[in-house]
Amino acid sequence: MPEPTADIVAMTGIDKSFPGVHALQGVNFSLVKGEIHALVGENGAGKSTLIKILTGADRADKGTIALDGQEVAIHSPLHAQELGISTVYQEVNLCPNLTVAENILIGRQPTKFGVSVNWKVLNARAREYMKQLDVDIDVTRPLGSYSVAIQQMAAIARALVVSNAKVLILDEPTSSLTAHETAQLFKVMRKLRSEGIAIVFITHFLDQVYEVTDRVTVLRNGTYVGTYETASLDRMELIRLMLGRSIADLAEMTAHKMESSQGISEEVLLQADGLGLANSIEPFDLTLHAGEVVGLAGLLGSGRTEVANLLFGVDKPDEGSLTMSGKAVADFSPAGSIGRGVALCPEDRKVEGIIGDLTIRENIVLAMQAGLGWFRRIGTKQQYEIADKYIKLLNISTPSADQLIKNLSGGNQQKVILARWLAANPKLLILDEPTRGIDVGTKADIQKLVLSLAEQGMSCVFISSELDEVLRTSHRIFVMRDRGKVAEFSDQVDEKEIMQAMAGSHS
Amino acid sequence: MSGSSTKRLSGLTENMLFLPIAALLLILIADFFLIPGFFAIQVKDGHLYGNLVDILVHGSPTMILAIGMTLVIATGGVDLSVGAVMAISASVAAVMMNPTIVGMNLTDPKLFINNPQYTWAPLALVIIVPLIIATLCGLWNGVLVSYGRIQPMVATLILMIVGRGIAQLITNAIQIVIFNDTYAFIGNGFLVLPFSLYVAMALFLAAWLVTRRTAMGLMIESVGINFRSSFYSGINEKRVKIFAYAFCGFCAGVAGLIVTSNIRTSDANSIGLYTELDAILAVVIGGTIMGNGGRFSLMGSAIGALVLQTTITSMLSFGVPASAIIAVKALVVIVVLLLYAEQVKTFIRRLGNLSMRRETAR
Repeated sequence: MPEPTADIVAMTGIDKSFPGVHALQGVNFSLVKGEIHALVGENGAGKSTLIKILTGADRADKGTIALDGQEVAIHSPLHAQELGISTVYQEVNLCPNLTVAENILIGRQPTKFGVSVNWKVLNARAREYMKQLDVDIDVTRPLGSYSVAIQQMAAIARALVVSNAKVLILDEPTSSLTAHETAQLFKVMRKLRSEGIAIVFITHFLDQVYEVTDRVTVLRNGTYVGTYETASLDRMELIRLMLGRSIADLAEMTAHKMESSQGISEEVLLQADGLGLANSIEPFDLTLHAGEVVGLAGLLGSGRTEVANLLFGVDKPDEGSLTMSGKAVADFSPAGSIGRGVALCPEDRKVEGIIGDLTIRENIVLAMQAGLGWFRRIGTKQQYEIADKYIKLLNISTPSADQLIKNLSGGNQQKVILARWLAANPKLLILDEPTRGIDVGTKADIQKLVLSLAEQGMSCVFISSELDEVLRTSHRIFVMRDRGKVAEFSDQVDEKEIMQAMAGSHS
Repeated sequence: MSGSSTKRLSGLTENMLFLPIAALLLILIADFFLIPGFFAIQVKDGHLYGNLVDILVHGSPTMILAIGMTLVIATGGVDLSVGAVMAISASVAAVMMNPTIVGMNLTDPKLFINNPQYTWAPLALVIIVPLIIATLCGLWNGVLVSYGRIQPMVATLILMIVGRGIAQLITNAIQIVIFNDTYAFIGNGFLVLPFSLYVAMALFLAAWLVTRRTAMGLMIESVGINFRSSFYSGINEKRVKIFAYAFCGFCAGVAGLIVTSNIRTSDANSIGLYTELDAILAVVIGGTIMGNGGRFSLMGSAIGALVLQTTITSMLSFGVPASAIIAVKALVVIVVLLLYAEQVKTFIRRLGNLSMRRETAR
């Protein structure tokens, strides 16, 4: 690593609120010339908001940004580029039907007599830029004919050319790359670092953080945890920093859980034998008893959601078998699952959960109605009774059941989705990140609710990025890593053991 | 203006039916002042005649199409093929009454010469078979959209183009004249009011019962607003879409029968031509938002069809040549788009706030 010089970017005390969410609170972030700086944190930690502020897509409510020691206000992404800050997004946003050369130099085409495009010069220049990134390809072919890795290189080349970048932000560039392509990208990143460019590297893969970065900044729930030298930061410590832990409610919850564990019956509710799907999740076994809460721990992308999707029938497995209440499952679909008494509160509330323009009442009765079929309509009066019952039970704050769900806060939306599934009266409730992006009070409510449901005999699969939450609510814990189940613990397990299993052999 | 009455007024303007009803009233008021005798209604042989009755007669096919189209648009789609399906249904009905004219030797041609009322297939079948075929056409659209995952606009464009060809093939490109008076009653008959209006009202009632007395309406809206969430909630969104398209096809079949009956020929070239645009326009005037799907209003669409037909009838009585009517429709499209555009809505709201603030300042 080169000698640390003065900060080229210094963001201090950045604050940003969106309606209902405090996305960033007093976050600091600095970059020095010629470093690769990892920005890590679980979903909702505030990474993308911070990047949006740095690239001018959003404005901070409070805090300052200084470039080369001078305070600046970044108005727009274009302004950011002019200042030398370029971004390559996860989804390459170039035009696949134009050639590589056109993509790199679009808007800056060299011209003949100031009128027609000088293709010869354009292609030659583009080839040169790509060669600087150690990529030797035919730049006159359409971008879409190359692999994602090459497209990413073209995007980087464009970012460097267009803005003469001093700062390059790579937003999850490796998520769709193979190991070989990733190595190639890292080579380019190191080369750029040696040329004095500061690179912000956002990733969920901790191996890559350790492989390529010099420093790492950790965010959690919109707060700044700290900036560390990567080489001197223990991997376990990093995971602990990312996940955090709180001691609120801990004693009460533990007592509650002890009580509920009395009610676990011997009867097996659901059994998965070698259930798996190629390119999604390695085959896994899972046995679930009535009244039991099983927690799925693991970092993002470890295969937690994939397990949920298979159990609920969103995806169809291509191997293994699933048995529910002693009967083999053949119909893998959400509708089929509702028939068997399985419910899933999906991870992405906005896209997979709420029906924004329908009322709370309609959102709540939806799954129950789907289970009954379209012909047996739940009467309007009964719909109000059900909705009012759950609004009271789950403490949903709304003036009436006729409010559109899109007007509620995230936590209340989540409660409505929970109500939707409770109304369908399931035997097994799968909760995929039920507490993400919602306030602390509601989190505790949901955790308590899960335990009291288990006491009443409902089984539950509880998925969360927050380890303490999983520990608090689950009777057994499965640990996922690299799209497979790697360990299984009883609830007497130490937090540290789970982290070790999550981190893998490198601990 | 007191606070509560402002609130009530804004509640009224926020209602989905406010704009279509206001538009209809506005046109009728203009007609009252501009066209003398527009509202005159005569009674002849117990039947009602007059401009208003004309609007109902000519408006009912559009109304029927709009009812089906409402459900399709609510799922987030659109059906461009309803005009072509009308032609298919018309052709099938005509051929079933008189197969000999297109060269099918199913019966003795003399029968038709001796008795113009003669029909080869029983009239019940002449009505039921085209409706089944039209429903199958809708089903085809629905399968393309839901299982084929083809954009609705493209998927239904296929039948829009091919369908008219099929209709031509069925009738051998011959315009079959319909002599049967019983069949002609569908589009021409009167029971005090035009018979086709009763058909439209029956279909409206059926659609309302199916969507509001069963859970189908909720499911259609849910799929239209967010099909992924609907899928995760256990709704079979593919079947919901197929239902909507099949029902729309059925409606197009009914409209086809009414039009052939009304003009007493099966002209595969012109029956239902451009009516898909009228139907879409009626739905949009009615306040069901196109493109995103979601909340729908059958009543709005029915009134929307009346707004459209009233505009056309008024223009014709005002002396605008029939060939210029298409320009009038274009004008309606522009006005409707402006009225429902978010920018214009906020602009009007801002104007309202400004005048209110001025009032309170005083």
